[in-house]
Amino acid sequence: MAMDEIVDGLSEVSCDVLVIGGGTAGPMAALKAKLRNPKANVVLLEKANVKRSGAISMGMDGLNNAVIPGYATPEQYTKEITIANDGIVDQKAVYKYAQNCYSIIEELDSFGIRFLKNENGDYAVKKVHHIGTYVLPMPNGETVKKALYRQLRRARILISNRYMATRLLKSADGRIAGAISVNTRTAEFLVIKAKAVILCMGAAGRLGLPTSGYMFGTYENAANSGDGYAMAYHAGAALANLECFQINPLIKDYNGPACAYVAGPFGAYTANNEGSRFIECDYWSGQMMLEFYNELMSGKGPVFLQLKHLHPDTIGEIESTLHKVERPTRGLFQQGRGVDYRNESIEMHISEIGFCSGHSASGVFVDDNARTTVPGLYAAGDMASVPHNYMLGAFTNGSIAGVDAMEFADSHDFAEFDSSEIAQERERVLAPTLREDGIPPNQIEYKTRRLVNDYLQPPKVTHKYLLGMRRLAEVRDDMQKQMIARNAHELLRALEVQSIMDCADMAAHASLFREESRWGLYHWRTDFPEKDNENWFCHTLLSKRDGKMTSEKRAVQPYVVPISDDEKDLYDKQRIRASA
Amino acid sequence: MPLASYQTSVPVVVDDVKCIADKGCTVCVDVCPLDVLRISDMTGKAYMAYDECWYCMPCEADCPTGAVTVNIPYLLR
Repeated sequence: MAMDEIVDGLSEVSCDVLVIGGGTAGPMAALKAKLRNPKANVVLLEKANVKRSGAISMGMDGLNNAVIPGYATPEQYTKEITIANDGIVDQKAVYKYAQNCYSIIEELDSFGIRFLKNENGDYAVKKVHHIGTYVLPMPNGETVKKALYRQLRRARILISNRYMATRLLKSADGRIAGAISVNTRTAEFLVIKAKAVILCMGAAGRLGLPTSGYMFGTYENAANSGDGYAMAYHAGAALANLECFQINPLIKDYNGPACAYVAGPFGAYTANNEGSRFIECDYWSGQMMLEFYNELMSGKGPVFLQLKHLHPDTIGEIESTLHKVERPTRGLFQQGRGVDYRNESIEMHISEIGFCSGHSASGVFVDDNARTTVPGLYAAGDMASVPHNYMLGAFTNGSIAGVDAMEFADSHDFAEFDSSEIAQERERVLAPTLREDGIPPNQIEYKTRRLVNDYLQPPKVTHKYLLGMRRLAEVRDDMQKQMIARNAHELLRALEVQSIMDCADMAAHASLFREESRWGLYHWRTDFPEKDNENWFCHTLLSKRDGKMTSEKRAVQPYVVPISDDEKDLYDKQRIRASA
Repeated sequence: MPLASYQTSVPVVVDDVKCIADKGCTVCVDVCPLDVLRISDMTGKAYMAYDECWYCMPCEADCPTGAVTVNIPYLLR
């Protein structure tokens, strides 16, 4: 049988804990769940292949948020993240991360992943953030996935590659019961009953269209099409602060950063076309991105990463890191453009929009135990709402989720679900394969994402949003009635575009609900240009109720670490002020 | 509506002389996050079947014979 040929099939399995997504948080969640109860069955389901999936498929150049004794304290880190997110943070989860992440670093070290040390044998932590010191380079960062994979094999985690989860199953009383998935190469169904489910499905990275026009040239791994957000939404889980978009500073036309986190500690900086600095701090916050955007749009754009003033040896060191890990084609790209860091600055631009708590503060709402609002359902990593997670956050919160989910599974039996849901989901999934004639998924996707760029990208204008939502609804109608998939691979793309459409709707709905501007560029509403703490110092929770998208306010939980009045606006002062 | 095929110059290039897919190797097809590589029925060698590439490099890095080269897609080159 030829690969991608559609096969009619359905099988059913069961496990104690099901982890969906084998990128960063997922493997750690699966490992910790299994170690918590070695007799239990843990299944790790992955749309691609766990060996090379997710945001860190080629590794990572360093930790961006390491809270290491002697350099930073959990209190200090919690304070910094609270301020960087305009105060809209449930500190308990951030504080718990900050307390636990050092033990995760030690554990990763025991897996064979190395972290930079100075001549005294101490971790060589660098300062990139506005206030504290949290950035730790990883000299063999390209080995991360291999090291994780070894641990999964050793712990005998059951890995199912090339299965895309499409919907979660629940019992009548609202508890999680499992998930439905589809093989991406045969379209055969696999139903997995589970006592607890952990979603680790990454960012919504295929929401906006990159300026290059190449649909898969996204900042996030293009496999991260927002399936986790869509699944959580349809299961009735709440999603937090989705209006806080992810927008990042990248190399113009390329999908990776320049990267100021790597080059900044060596003395590189972001400059305008006059070669002058214009931002105080290169840490990726919405406030910094707003200044970046303003400079780009002013007569002082483009914006550059400046490093030609550094010693050639230093530049060589930066270059070898940038061209080896995370985005190894960065060197090939620069070579093609004839850019040598020794004599030319790197032209930068801003990325397409997306959802990703790794760098912002939106996601499936979770508490400090990674629990969503659906009993037995957990979320961790880029898709969960703990802000500014990065890779270490995915590992740490994945670990928290794994332990808590196994405890839940140990104290609950399988929940019963209505088996007619499986037949319904099969019908929904396979619909594009049954049409003789229609529109292929790539055209539906291009149009959806082009509309996202035209209407939803900040600055957010109410009138544009209303028009955009109308246009998107028309494309949704085409998607539901006319989309075709001629083989299993096209069906994979057809399912992904449905996640993308759901995310676009959620991005629009959440943005219109919050009637103020906050988080710099991420939620800049021209009709409500000011921050309004009186009415909007709160989270927003979006969820599906009676089949409709709704939003509500949720109070920010009392702080664990107090923020004084003179500290809370520190991230608002990003622009370098002219001084005499 | 009738469909037309659309020509694109694909970023992943496989050297047929070095590729050992005809001997049973499927490493590049296995690791690709976007699942865009396939083995050709005609030549028995790996090739890029779908132009949906994140140019992330596992196919090139993991190929046991160095047969795979990842280029930057033309649109962003």
